[in-house]
Parts: sequence; structure tokens; C-alpha cells
Amino acid sequence: MSSQSLGLAAARRLDRRRFLLSWFALPSSALAALLVGAVMLAALGTNPLTGYRALLSGAFGGSYALGSTAVKAVPLLLVGVGICIAFRANVFNIGGEGQIAMGGLAGAATALALPGLPGPVLIFLVLVAGAVAGGFWGAIPGAFKAYFSVNEILSTIMLNLVAVQLMNYLLAGPMVDRSSGSVGGLIPQTRLLPKQSWLPILVSGTQLHLGVVIAVLVAIGVYVLLWRTSFGFRVRAVGLSREAATYAGIPVRRTITLAMTLSGAMCGLAGSMLVFGSISHRMVTDGSLTGFTGSAGFNGIVVALFGALNPLWTILSAFIFAGLLVGGSAMQVATNVPADLIVALNGLVVVFVVSLEYVRRRARTFDVADRHRTPRSGVTAPEPASADADAGEGPT
Amino acid sequence: MSQFFTSAILTTTVAAGIQLAAPFLLAALGETMGQRSGVINLGVDGIMLLGAFGAYYTALHTHSLLLAALAGCGVGALLGLVTAVVSVSLKAEQGISGIGVYLFALGFSDLLFLKLVGTPLPINQLPAVKIPLLDRIPTVNGMFFEHSVLVYLAFVLVPVVAFVLNRTTYGLNIRAVGENPAAADSLGVSVTLIRYSTVIVGSTLAGLAGATLLIETGIFQENLTQSAGFIAVALVYFGAWRPVGVMAGALLYGLTEAVILSWKGLGIIPLSLSDLASTAPAVITVLALLTTARRFRQPAALGRPYERGG
Repeated sequence: MSSQSLGLAAARRLDRRRFLLSWFALPSSALAALLVGAVMLAALGTNPLTGYRALLSGAFGGSYALGSTAVKAVPLLLVGVGICIAFRANVFNIGGEGQIAMGGLAGAATALALPGLPGPVLIFLVLVAGAVAGGFWGAIPGAFKAYFSVNEILSTIMLNLVAVQLMNYLLAGPMVDRSSGSVGGLIPQTRLLPKQSWLPILVSGTQLHLGVVIAVLVAIGVYVLLWRTSFGFRVRAVGLSREAATYAGIPVRRTITLAMTLSGAMCGLAGSMLVFGSISHRMVTDGSLTGFTGSAGFNGIVVALFGALNPLWTILSAFIFAGLLVGGSAMQVATNVPADLIVALNGLVVVFVVSLEYVRRRARTFDVADRHRTPRSGVTAPEPASADADAGEGPT
Repeated sequence: MSQFFTSAILTTTVAAGIQLAAPFLLAALGETMGQRSGVINLGVDGIMLLGAFGAYYTALHTHSLLLAALAGCGVGALLGLVTAVVSVSLKAEQGISGIGVYLFALGFSDLLFLKLVGTPLPINQLPAVKIPLLDRIPTVNGMFFEHSVLVYLAFVLVPVVAFVLNRTTYGLNIRAVGENPAAADSLGVSVTLIRYSTVIVGSTLAGLAGATLLIETGIFQENLTQSAGFIAVALVYFGAWRPVGVMAGALLYGLTEAVILSWKGLGIIPLSLSDLASTAPAVITVLALLTTARRFRQPAALGRPYERGG
């Protein structure tokens, strides 16, 4: 028992070292991406300083900008938190886009079916409906992975393709607003959702709505779930080593399925909030998933990685990346550089973060090697490969 | 339904299916090379997008489709090098780094498109080449032997890749590195070199796949590929890492898509259900993965970076 507690102490010290390393790795990834962005801006004939200044003031300058950024952060945060759950179990949920759409559809359908309910009840119901639908859309690839060994990256991508067509079908057919006929036929959108189902605005004069508070509370809840409950322990154990978890009697398959279900539920909740926190207060499709989600399903992955796969850090990370996205649109107006630049930079952040991971791993290997030399009997330093999942780590 | 089973409609449908399958096939063959050596490249869709843009830009300025296809290959090779550095040398988590490459290319291709192309004009069509003698066979000629060079190339590459993988020393090394890199390393095979080469060749094919898709479409647009690259990766799993299996998957996908397009055109599928019907290829792929996933074993070192003594 004593050797175990000594091992724990050592692991904790290692954790602190890695924590510092992650502090260094993540900001430098972002900085590197911004530098590449500056080069791109310069190549496009825009002064990078002018561009980034427009970006910053568009994202964080004034209460309206801050409100927009906070609202933009809601889907990113929820998807990011969902990604945290899945990645901790060592499953990759690339299906956020589809799960968001399913959540939005279920939420909208619920509100359209029960227009007479009082506000608080209806809002609660549409959010639950979104989470259930997203969870269902996540449970499918989760179960396929757990019970049939289907690669979840592929099945989630395929389900995205299914979801977009389903959304187009429902919004142009069964759920379409028949009153807004135009020359070219009906617009693929729902009718105006019941007013009491709109997410209430918290600060007048901004877009800041109730969803921001709910999303932050959910993120805190997921943190507690992952680190303070036995379910969270099982998820992380499965993510660290499926074999060891099996040996310890953890129901690995059920845990994987549940982790993906929860991950999908977070995305579905995000979808519901996208509909009921939108300015138009309808669900509209332009025929693509991105048109509805704003690529939150993919950007949420960036946010989660940048939040070190920890739901609490993901709150900050979501706010930063939402700022980039909101500011990107402002930059487009000011400098005529398409906001696509931000999407490209997000991709670079991902590449840099996972590449720097290796540098950190090597730093840790040396650390372990050092401690092998110090004469402290009874403490076996953890193998670098097996000590791979703490707050600063991605799944390996 | 009866109007579908006329020889003219069947011929055009099958021909369209083969044409639609070509970009998937090119990308999936490239991915097969990489995965047999143990590297998952999930950035295929992004590489296809940037390859397609490179091809479009070249075609607009040179009016040469050959140069356009080569530009697609060049862009692919360059991104392949980047992917190899990240996945092989920096030993990044391949599932995530690929998504990063995809996001980068998704944004960057549209950025370039908006900034460099003023008014998007369609480019020339690639003429169909009839194969002598074979094009005289009735009925079948229209299906199989009146395609563009790029479509033939995609299908010719199937036996070529199969031969390289199964009958050459290089192929043996690829498979060894994908199954047991430590053993291959101990025998003097450079794991790094083999993986760099397969990733770069595979990405070159992905770039060509993007160019092919562009030339078939005739014009670039945001997110031109619509996840075609991800489907290509799925087809590699579907085809159990064998070129012929991959070809079968690509044909199944292309033909399903063509049949649905044809049925929509004929009114067999009513307009109101056309979006729902478009889910069929993806649903079929998922179901196919479901049935094949347990049956075939993936390369043992797939997705695992190699570290000496690790």
C-alpha cells in the first residue's frame, strides 16, 4: 500500500511538470497559428496589425461584441465538452455536426408540437429533446464501435452525411413553414417558433441569452461527472487502457457506448440552443450542415484540445475561439479578408497542438529517465506510454 | 420503375456511376498505401479540396487540363509531406492531426478561391476517350469504354497498386512496416522512409482525386468535395485494405449515387423524398462497415507512430 501512495505522489509531481509544459505548449500553438495567419494576411495585401486589431475589437470590444462572442461560444463549449467525454474514453467523436443538426431538429419539432406550454417548461423540454436526439445520434456510432468494432471516425462522418439530408428533407417537407411561399417554392425553414420558447436575453442590447449560463453550468457538471463520479472514473479508465479496464471488471463496451451517447447529447443540446438562441428564431437550412452549425462540430474539437480535454479549461478555450470566429467576421468587413482564414487557422492550431504533444512526451521521457537514476526504492516510475492521460493529454 | 430498365438509361446510369466512383477510388487507393504502412491519413478530404483548387486555378490560367491534373498531384504531394512530418516524425495522434489538416484546407481553399478567382468560370470538359475495338461491343461500350483518361487511370491503378503491394520488395517493406515496424526496423528497413513515401504517394493520389472531381464538376466551389475524402477513407476499411476490395466499395458507392440521381430524374423517387433518398450511399456504407469490421483484421500497427525501443 505504501509503495502505491508513493507512486501516487510521484505521479502527482509529474502531473505538475506536465501541467507547466501544457501551459507552454498550447499558447505557443496558438501563437504559431496566428503568425502563419499574419503571413497569409500580408500575402493577401493586408497589414496583419490592422487585420488583427479589427479582429480583436470585433470580438471583445464593447458589451455587444462580448455578448456576441459569448453566444458564439455556447455551441463550441457544449461540443467541446462532449468531445472531452468521448476523447477521455479514447473514442473520437467527429460526428458533432450531425448530432447538432439532430438536436436542433428535435428541439424545433418539440416546440412546434407543443406550442401551448408555458415558457420555462417548454424551454426545458426543447433542450432535453435536443440532448436526447443528439445522444441517440452519438449512441449509434458508440454502440457500433463497442460491439462491432466499427471505426467511430468513419461512422460518425457517415452519420453526418445522413443527418444533413435528413435535415434538408424535414425542413423542406414535414416541418416546412407553409405560410412563407415565394416564387421559387417554399423556403426550407420552420415557422416562427413559439415566442415563449426563445432563450431569454439576459442583458438587453446584446445577444447574451440564457444558453450561455446553461452551457457553463453543463461544463462544470461534466467536470464533476468525469472527475468526481464512478462513471467518470470508468470512462477515464477505459480511455487509458481498455485491457486494464476489462481486467478491473469495468463494462468497457457499455462505458464506450455511454460516453459517445453523452458526447452526442452535448452536441444535440448545442443544436437546440442554436435554434432557440438564434436571431431568426426558426430552424433554417441552406442545404449544408455548416450553414446551420457554423462548423461548431469541428471547431468544438479544436476548443476541446485547446482546453486540454478538461471541461473547465474548455470554457475559457471556447470563449477565445468564439472570439476568433466573431472577430473573423469583423475582420472580413474591415479588411475584405474572408473569414475562412479563421477556419484555416483553427486547423493549424490542431496540427500544432498534436505535433507539440511529441515534444512534451519526450520531455517527460527524460523526466522519467532522470528519476530512474535517483535511488528511491519502491517507486517504479510510470512508463511513458501508460501515463498518457491527465489534464494535459490527448488520448493515445 | 420500368422506364429505368431500358438499355439507354441503364447505360448512362452505369457510366455515371463509374465516373462518380473514380475520385473516391483514386483517393482510397492512396489511403490504402498509407494505411498498409501503418499511417491513417484523415486529411484526405482537405488534400482533395486544395488539390481541386490547385487544379482549378491552373486550368483557368493555362487552359490545360493536363497541367491542372499535375497541379492537383503537386498540391497533394506537398500536403503529403506535411502530413508525413506531423504523423511520422512528430508522431502526432493521427486521428486528430488529420482533422486539423482538413480544417486548414477547408478554410484555406475557400480563402484562396475568394481572393484569387474573381468571377468563377467553368473550365473545359475532359473529352471521353473511346477504347478501340472494345468500343464496338454493343451496350457495354457506353458503360465501360467511353470515359475520360482520368477515369481509366483510376481503374488501371487498382492492379498497379495491388502489384506494388503484393509482388515487389517495396510492397513487402510497406506491409512489414504496417504489421510490425520493430521487426522491419531490425532488418534494416527504414520505417520512416517507407512511411514518408507511402503518405506522400497516397496524398499525391488524393490531390489527383481532387483534380478529377473538379474536372468532372467543371467549376470550384466552397467545400467542393462534400466529405468525399472521408468516404474514401471509409472505403479503405470497407475494402479490407485490398485494392480490389477498395474498388468494389468505390463502385458500390458511385453506382448507388448514380442510381438515385437517375431515379430522381425519372421521377421514380418523388421530389419530396429526394433528400431522404440521398442518404442511401452513406447508410449503405455504414451497414457495410458494420458487416465487414469484424471479419477483416487491420494492419497491426495502424495509427501507431513508431518509436525505436518503445
